[in-house]
Amino acid sequence: MIKKSILNELNKHSYNMRQNIIELGYQAGRNGSHQGPALSLVEIYNVLYNYILSDSDLNFANFNRSRVILSKGHGALALYTALYECGILSKSELFTYEKNGGAFPGQPSKNILKGIETSTGSLGIGMPYATGIALAYKRRNIDSKVYTIVGDGECNEGSIWEAVMFARHYKLDNLTVIVDRNNMQSDGISKEILDVNLKNAFLGFDWNVIESDGHSIEELINAFSNNISGKPKVIIANTIKGCGVSFMENSKDWHHNVITDELFVQAKKDLEKKSGE
Amino acid sequence: MVNSLIYKKSNIRFLSILGQRGAFGYALTELVKEKSDIIALTGDLCITSGLERFYKKYPDKLINAGIAEQNLFSISAGMATMDYVPFATTFSNFAALRSNEQIRHFAGYLNENIKIVGFGAGFAMGMFGTTHYAIEDISAIRSIPNLTIFSPADCLEVAKVTEAAYNIKGPVYIRLTGVMNHPIVYKDNYNFEVGKSIRFFNGKDIAIFATGIMVSKAIKLKKFFDESNIGVTIFNIHTIKPFDKTSILESLNFKLIVSLEEHSVIGGLGSVIADNLCNFVEHPKLLKIGTKKEYQKAGDYEYMLNANDLSNDEIYMKIIEIYNIEGEKENE
Repeated sequence: MIKKSILNELNKHSYNMRQNIIELGYQAGRNGSHQGPALSLVEIYNVLYNYILSDSDLNFANFNRSRVILSKGHGALALYTALYECGILSKSELFTYEKNGGAFPGQPSKNILKGIETSTGSLGIGMPYATGIALAYKRRNIDSKVYTIVGDGECNEGSIWEAVMFARHYKLDNLTVIVDRNNMQSDGISKEILDVNLKNAFLGFDWNVIESDGHSIEELINAFSNNISGKPKVIIANTIKGCGVSFMENSKDWHHNVITDELFVQAKKDLEKKSGE
Repeated sequence: MVNSLIYKKSNIRFLSILGQRGAFGYALTELVKEKSDIIALTGDLCITSGLERFYKKYPDKLINAGIAEQNLFSISAGMATMDYVPFATTFSNFAALRSNEQIRHFAGYLNENIKIVGFGAGFAMGMFGTTHYAIEDISAIRSIPNLTIFSPADCLEVAKVTEAAYNIKGPVYIRLTGVMNHPIVYKDNYNFEVGKSIRFFNGKDIAIFATGIMVSKAIKLKKFFDESNIGVTIFNIHTIKPFDKTSILESLNFKLIVSLEEHSVIGGLGSVIADNLCNFVEHPKLLKIGTKKEYQKAGDYEYMLNANDLSNDEIYMKIIEIYNIEGEKENE
C-alpha cells in the first residue's frame, strides 16, 4: 500500500498536469494541440516521473539512468507537464510549447538534458528504439529499466510487433511497454477502425501482461512492480481519451483541436470539479 | 587500419574471390579485434552478408533481429545511443526501401551512429528476381541529411570503406554490389579518403564517373577508347555523398561527361552529377548510363546487365554515339 501522503502529493501533480495541458493547449491557439491523447496519459506519466524514477534517473547526464521513451509522440503534453512537475523544466521553458522554432513542439524533439530522450511523432518508431536500448543495457550489465509508452492505435503499426518478438527472444525483462488504451485513434473508435485484442496479442508473444486502470495511481504503481524474470512486460492501461475534461472525453474531435475562449473556461471548471471529487 | 594486414597486396586476390559482401565480413572481423564497441546486427542474413566467420569467432557480438528490417535499424539506433557502433546488414533494397523511414528518422533526423550495410545491390541477386534487386536505393536515401553513402569499386575498397565507416561519427550507408570473384581495381594498397574521388588516366575528351562494380567496367573500356584515339579519364566515385565537387571542376573542359552506375539514372550518381553541373553556365553534355527505366524480366547477373544494356559493348557504343554527336556540334 502506498502512503496516503504520497498519494495526495501525486494527485496534486495529476491536477497540475491537467491544468497545464489545458493552458498550453489554449496558448497554442490556432496551431491546435493533441489534448485528448495527453490527458489519457497523465497518471501514467505522473507515476513514472514522480514515483518510479529515482533522482539519479532524473539526472539526464547519467548515462546509466532508467529511460522513458514516448513512442506515441502526440502525447507530448503529458511528457512536458510531467517534466515540469518533477522540476526538470521551468515554467518559462514549458510555456515555449509550440512556439515557432522552439524546443518543445507538438511532438517531442530530442533534447536529453531537458528530459526529452528522443524525437518521436511517426508511430511505431520509438518503441523498437527503446527495445534497442534495453538490449544494450542487458549487454552492458546496466541494471536500469527502459519504459516506453505506446498508443493502442499505434499498435496498428507492424514495426511494434517486430520489436515485441525481438524483446521476448532476447529476454528483455528490463523493458516495460505501457499501452495507453484509450480505445480511440485519429479517425475515431479503435474497435471500428481496426479491432485488436491487445491482451491476447501480447500473451501470444509470451510477454508478462498486466492490465491496469490507467487513471488509478495505486493500480499503476502495483503494475510497475509486478515483474517476471526473463519476460518483457506490457502494462495495458485502460484510460479515457481526454480524461478530466467533459467535452474532450471519448471524443475523436479532441485528438487534435483548437481550444476557444469559452471551451477554455469550461475545461478549467471541469478540472476544478474533478479535483473536488 | 588497425590491422593493416588486410590491405596487404597478397590479400587482394583472396578478398576479390569472396566478393564485396565476403570482403565486408572479413574486414569487420578484423576491425572488431581492436574495436570492442562494434556490434553486428542482421535481418536473418548472417551468412549471406558474409558474417559467418565473424559469428563463429564472436558469437556474442552478432545480434540476429530476424526478418524484420524496420526493427533491425531501430534496435541499431538504440544500441548506438548506448555507445555501440552497430553495423546492420540486409539486402540493399530492404535497407533503403523497406526501412526508409527508420533510416530517415534515426540516421537523418537524429544522426545516430549507425552503419547500414546493404548488399546485393544492382542485379547481384540474379535469379531471386526484381524483389531483390536494388536499383533505387541511392535515390531513396540520398536526400536524407547526415548520411554518408559509400559505393566501393572493389573488394579492397570494401575493406577501406568498412574502416572509414567505423571512423565516421555518424550514420553511413554502405552499398555493396557484385557477386563472388569480383574484378580487381586496386592491385596494391592505396590511399583512400572519404569524399575524395580517385582518378584513373589523364585523357581530356571523355570523363567517366563510375561507382561500384562499374568502375572496373569503365577501366576495361579504356583500351577501346585508346584504339579510337579518344582520351578518357575515369573517376571512381566511392563516396556518393558527400560528393567530390573537385572532380566536376576537373571535368568542365571535357567534350563529354558520362555517369556509369548499376542503379537507376533517376536519383543515382547521374543525378548527383547533374545536380552539380547545373551550377555552371557552360558544361559538357552529361550522358547518364544506368539501369533501364522499366523492370526487366529476371535472369542471372550477366543476363541482367545485358538486358539493361550494361554490357561492355553496349556501354561503349552508347558513349561513342553521343561523343560523336557532340563532336559534330563542335565542328559546326
